[in-house]
Amino acid sequence: MKKTILAAVGAALLLTAPASASDAPKEILNVSYDIARELYAAINPKFQAYWKEKSGQDIEIKQSHAGSSKQARAIMQGLKADIVTFNQVLDVQVLADKGGFVSKTWQQDLPNNASPYYSLPAFLVRDGNPKGIKDWNDLVRDDVKLVFPNPKTSGNARYTYLAAYAYALENNGGDDAKAREFVGKLLSNVAVFDTGGRGATTSFVEREIGDVLITFEAEVENIRTQYGTDKYERVVPQTSLLAEFPVALVQKVAEKRGSVDVSTAYLDYLYSEEAQDIIASFNNRVHNETVKAKYAANFPEVRLIRVEDVFGSWEKANKTHFAEGGVLDQVFTAK
Amino acid sequence: MTVSTSRPAITNPKVLALFRKQARKRALLIAIAITFALIVMALPVIAIFTRAFAEGLAIYWSNIIMPETLHAIWLTVLTALIVLPINLAFGIAASWAIVHYRFPGRRALQTIIELPFSISPIVAGLCYLLIYGSMGLVGSWLDGFDIQLMFNLTGIVLVSLFVTCPFVARELIPLMEIAGQDQEEAALTLGATGWQTFLHVTLPKIKWALLYGAILANARVIGEFGAVSVVSGNIRGETMTLPLQVQLLYDDYNATGAFAAATVLTVIAVITLVLRSAIEARHPHGH
Repeated sequence: MKKTILAAVGAALLLTAPASASDAPKEILNVSYDIARELYAAINPKFQAYWKEKSGQDIEIKQSHAGSSKQARAIMQGLKADIVTFNQVLDVQVLADKGGFVSKTWQQDLPNNASPYYSLPAFLVRDGNPKGIKDWNDLVRDDVKLVFPNPKTSGNARYTYLAAYAYALENNGGDDAKAREFVGKLLSNVAVFDTGGRGATTSFVEREIGDVLITFEAEVENIRTQYGTDKYERVVPQTSLLAEFPVALVQKVAEKRGSVDVSTAYLDYLYSEEAQDIIASFNNRVHNETVKAKYAANFPEVRLIRVEDVFGSWEKANKTHFAEGGVLDQVFTAK
Repeated sequence: MTVSTSRPAITNPKVLALFRKQARKRALLIAIAITFALIVMALPVIAIFTRAFAEGLAIYWSNIIMPETLHAIWLTVLTALIVLPINLAFGIAASWAIVHYRFPGRRALQTIIELPFSISPIVAGLCYLLIYGSMGLVGSWLDGFDIQLMFNLTGIVLVSLFVTCPFVARELIPLMEIAGQDQEEAALTLGATGWQTFLHVTLPKIKWALLYGAILANARVIGEFGAVSVVSGNIRGETMTLPLQVQLLYDDYNATGAFAAATVLTVIAVITLVLRSAIEARHPHGH
């Protein structure tokens, strides 16, 4: 038992305490980002049935959800994750770079850069789209007020920022100064900077601040379902940024716990038609052709730009734009 | 303030005017206090219950008996059950030592006990992670023995101990300072053992303060969010305490579930409040 004296007392009472790592693991832990709880709660029972049929074993899948950077740090500090399912490539990469929690080749280990599904920053506008928002250039108009979280603290908002930046670069022949001006204007149009996605939703929906909420397309749809599809509309811009949801085996933990087989099977399963269907029903875009065709009506055409193609890599983008004194700080203080 | 009727009636207009002025002042102050209490305290509590029951009793109940919420309730109670006895024992020992003994580091101990009041719980949680996490000073050493302190019940208990550490000692120290140790000394000279002295002499003197401290500490353990959120690991159905569960449900757009869980927290808080008032009524003490 990986428990201390203190916890031993509690563990005796707490009958659900994790079993020790013997031959066949009874449970695995999926450490994930904060808004994926319902999605994985829907996938897990299906996988359990699939795994039971395949291996004859019962498996329980525990879920942990929080901001994915916080989760990555927790894993490095000892949170025993068998697999990670994040919404930030860098948060998986850090697990590969520091301490070898994840294989160096994790992005090649699974299809599509180890990202079973993807999304993009899209717009949520009020019913009837009163400000006529169609694309990124509408967001820098003087009469438009925006809501999205602070890019300093929110991964979600970093996508928005980089998408706008990439859009501006494309439309100004790669002129960096013009792109900075564009995102500067965009930031100055933000009515309120919340620290995270959920706070931004509250500002937009419950406090009725702003004309456009920018967040992942899947989240845009979740908000509409939650607060009324007749009260809000989704606007997908012509171009946006590809937001990957990378997954990986935490080999360091899984090998120790003997859960490599079932954990790998779980990750593979996320690419199966059955799982892809569930994922698509949660408004995430998937690669499986059959599922894609089935949900085609839900996902308008959009041209997606890769962070790697415009900014070199996530690491470079982070360093140039979001580090202390980076471009984000510069355009902010210039205002 | 009531004027006794047996006295002759006051007819002096100046005095009457003064009375009226006082009455007005009184009414104004009472109105301000009540309005403030209503807006700041009562309304939010009413809102919790209104929202929780907005979709009917059946839905409220189904949200309460969700396995994850039940587990969160259990984990919260369990944490309190572990933390409180440790806290009581430590609180008594520390107060006794501080009040009755003179030793190097006594003042430092007194300050350290109060530290959790001035440190933000989130910072406390991060400090624990830095030291007891598997990359931390102590944690990395323990990791060699496959002992994990963070991201499980132990972690939650440890940070809860930290944030509640001052409550019992704070209640006891002033009391013990006033009471002195004459009675204990008398008991000891008359041949009582240390344990007997504690049980029959010390404990009766401090029991109300002890209980009072325990209740405050209990309220704090149950409601603690920041520190626990850092070290819990957020594993649903395993390391989610009630306050974490409330936030999780809210983030999932399950407002009813979140508020239903919040009602449980509120009920515990109200029970605590009632107990506290009852104790204060029976045993009013200095502050």
